[in-house]
Amino acid sequence: MFGYCGKILHIDLTNRKHWTEEKPEEWYKLWIGGVSMATRLCWENITPKCDPYSPENPICFANGIFSGTPVPVGGKFGLASKSPLTGFIGDSLSGSWFSVAMKRALWDGIVIHGSSDKWIHLFIDDDRVEFLDATYLLGKGTYETEEAIREKFGDDQVRSCTIGPCGENMVRFSNVTNDGRQAGRTGHGAVWASKKLKAVSVRGTNGVKVADPDTLMQMSFDITAAAQGESTKKYRLYGTSTNMLNMNKHGLLPTRNYQEGTFEFAEMVSGEYLDEHHKVKVIACAQCPIACEQMSMVQTGPFAGAMTGVEYESLQANSSNLGISDMRACIQLLELADHAGMDSMSMGVTISYAMECYEKGVLKKEDFKCTQFPEGIELNFGNGEGAVALAKMIRDREGIGNLLAEGTRIASKAIDEERGTESYKWAMNIKGLECPGYDARGLKTFSVGLAVGTRGGCHNRSAAYDPDIQGEVNRFTIDETRGKVAADSEEYAAVYDTLPLCKFIRRCFTGKADRAGAWPSIAKLINATTGWHYDYDDVDMIGIRAHTIKKAFNIREGWTTEDDDLPWRWKHDPMTKGASAGYIVTEEELAYLKDIYYKAKGWTADGMLPKELLVKLGMPDVAEQIGV
Amino acid sequence: MVASTSKYKYVVCDPNLCIGCQICEYVCSYTKTGEYNSYRSRIRTVRADEVLITAIACRTCENAPCVIACPRDALTQDSVTGIIHIDSVKCDGCAWCVEACDFGAISINPINKLAEICDQCETLEEGPQCVKWCPKDALEYTTPDQRAQKSRRELIKDSIEFPIKAKDPK
Repeated sequence: MFGYCGKILHIDLTNRKHWTEEKPEEWYKLWIGGVSMATRLCWENITPKCDPYSPENPICFANGIFSGTPVPVGGKFGLASKSPLTGFIGDSLSGSWFSVAMKRALWDGIVIHGSSDKWIHLFIDDDRVEFLDATYLLGKGTYETEEAIREKFGDDQVRSCTIGPCGENMVRFSNVTNDGRQAGRTGHGAVWASKKLKAVSVRGTNGVKVADPDTLMQMSFDITAAAQGESTKKYRLYGTSTNMLNMNKHGLLPTRNYQEGTFEFAEMVSGEYLDEHHKVKVIACAQCPIACEQMSMVQTGPFAGAMTGVEYESLQANSSNLGISDMRACIQLLELADHAGMDSMSMGVTISYAMECYEKGVLKKEDFKCTQFPEGIELNFGNGEGAVALAKMIRDREGIGNLLAEGTRIASKAIDEERGTESYKWAMNIKGLECPGYDARGLKTFSVGLAVGTRGGCHNRSAAYDPDIQGEVNRFTIDETRGKVAADSEEYAAVYDTLPLCKFIRRCFTGKADRAGAWPSIAKLINATTGWHYDYDDVDMIGIRAHTIKKAFNIREGWTTEDDDLPWRWKHDPMTKGASAGYIVTEEELAYLKDIYYKAKGWTADGMLPKELLVKLGMPDVAEQIGV
Repeated sequence: MVASTSKYKYVVCDPNLCIGCQICEYVCSYTKTGEYNSYRSRIRTVRADEVLITAIACRTCENAPCVIACPRDALTQDSVTGIIHIDSVKCDGCAWCVEACDFGAISINPINKLAEICDQCETLEEGPQCVKWCPKDALEYTTPDQRAQKSRRELIKDSIEFPIKAKDPK
């Protein structure tokens, strides 16, 4: 087999054992890699309906098909567990050298079972597995942990995935970090901590071989050259932060906890401002010729010296969304999140929830008492120093940080029960996962994409904001086409997340990002790597299968159509300013959109997977498991 | 090849341009072994911290210390190109050359444990493949005097603004 190694490594933390599972080529043809294979491994190895923090919830790594080859942006892996934030599939992607090391160690996937009684640092040295005592790493930040491991082994090629203090404290939205990149969003860090797993390191010394190196080299060279052109200019020059002004213009930029979609100080927290005042350097993920990560530093003021990579989603959640116009406070918040191993999006939306609670009198100054501020914090929107202090409280689970560390869904429920308030109305999450930086009230197609998302409020798994914003459809109205548009967008995204390739390469194959523009080239890349004979339809099927296994996972965990919902605010509370003012997604609209979406997917009216569809997709065992 | 007036050519990386993608390592190992493996790459990226990133290959020193250090005379330096050649029959992997190199530009093959070093892809007409592939043109195949000339040109371009631009010929 080319491109794959044919084997999955299983590690049992409870009994300190490991074993190898061989998988046939047919299995790889169904699940490919990335989020799809990771979800499938989780499907095969989890005890259904288990507590996400129990030993029965496995940690599943799945490598990328192009990892370790020069195919641009192909150095990524998928990571899946049952999410403690949503109770459904938690599938993340991360671009890193960890995936490359894993490929060179000849593993397509790693499944970690059980749980340890002492903190563990796993070391996978080609085919050897060591259970090391992780005491020397405890309390260390993510970067420090990786550095300490490099120091210990004295080899730069040892690549690690780690959790930071935030993960150790089981903050429900903590990440797994590697090379400064995050496998984020769904709370992997907390799952790792529940098993007392601090870090996984891999060293791979083997060479990676592909079926047709001449074709692969030529194609990779051409795509690498194309990636220096117009189609990636936005990412290379300003990174994704350039979206700030664009979203502001459309009235879609989350402002003061999604109360409005336009921020009066947007210029001061824009990608352009960042570029002029704070940018130090751009850096790349593994085997990426684009390099969109804008490393930015604070030069003056109380946060001087803070430095991290700034991206749109993290930036909006921690600037306009908090009413903060001082870029220096935003960079400090993001650095804190990255080093603590905290999801910066969920962190921002949780802080903004607390700020609105403060402004509406639900939470008082004294509720925010902490060591740094013994009197409490006046947590108005715009209070950068207060936001940083609250982020630290969440990281350390200090004071009210202990409750906020559970995310907006659990925190708002507890606060409302205790105080008889209605703060759930501004707890901006879907299925428990905090929302991204696109206000769904002005994006009707994306609103259904978000509501039905298998991992909750996520902009990565559905890209249905694109047809809305590009004007391919009217973003303020709904019609019978939107179910199909949302379904197509999700399956399109799932192809990239499964290979995985970073979506920023999508215009570099032929200049056009649509299926016709990208799938033939992607099929050629797959064939040159594996020796298979994939065509356009096979590539399309990758996305459909990937999405179906995630959906099946959720059904087995007890999903019902009520779970496909939007936050209260988006259904009842229109914005008053900007280009999207006055719009909401009504209950009737949402019900209709869900209907036509389920129909477009070929599902039942209740959003369930019919047996015929699963059989057609080559998943009869899945049909049996979910009882259809 | 036009001879240098000062010394030999070598592959050099501009840390301001290097993004740390490691594509040079993939291409080097593929060119030399037909496989992708950083452990077999003759050029290595270095990430000293989040933003301090560069790549290093043999710098073809005059009177190369690695050649002098080798107790078995396995290393020789080409007097025209400056390229270090390693005789794999004489080399026994003692790694004195690795210790002698101030730049960490010599590596040990993890399979046969013998020394490996950049040969500037001397058998290929296109020259060093890492330079050809570098997506950000951070790598350059050059000599110190060419670098100096470039620095002088850039200095004058950066520091002097001409008050009068060429007029439109119309």
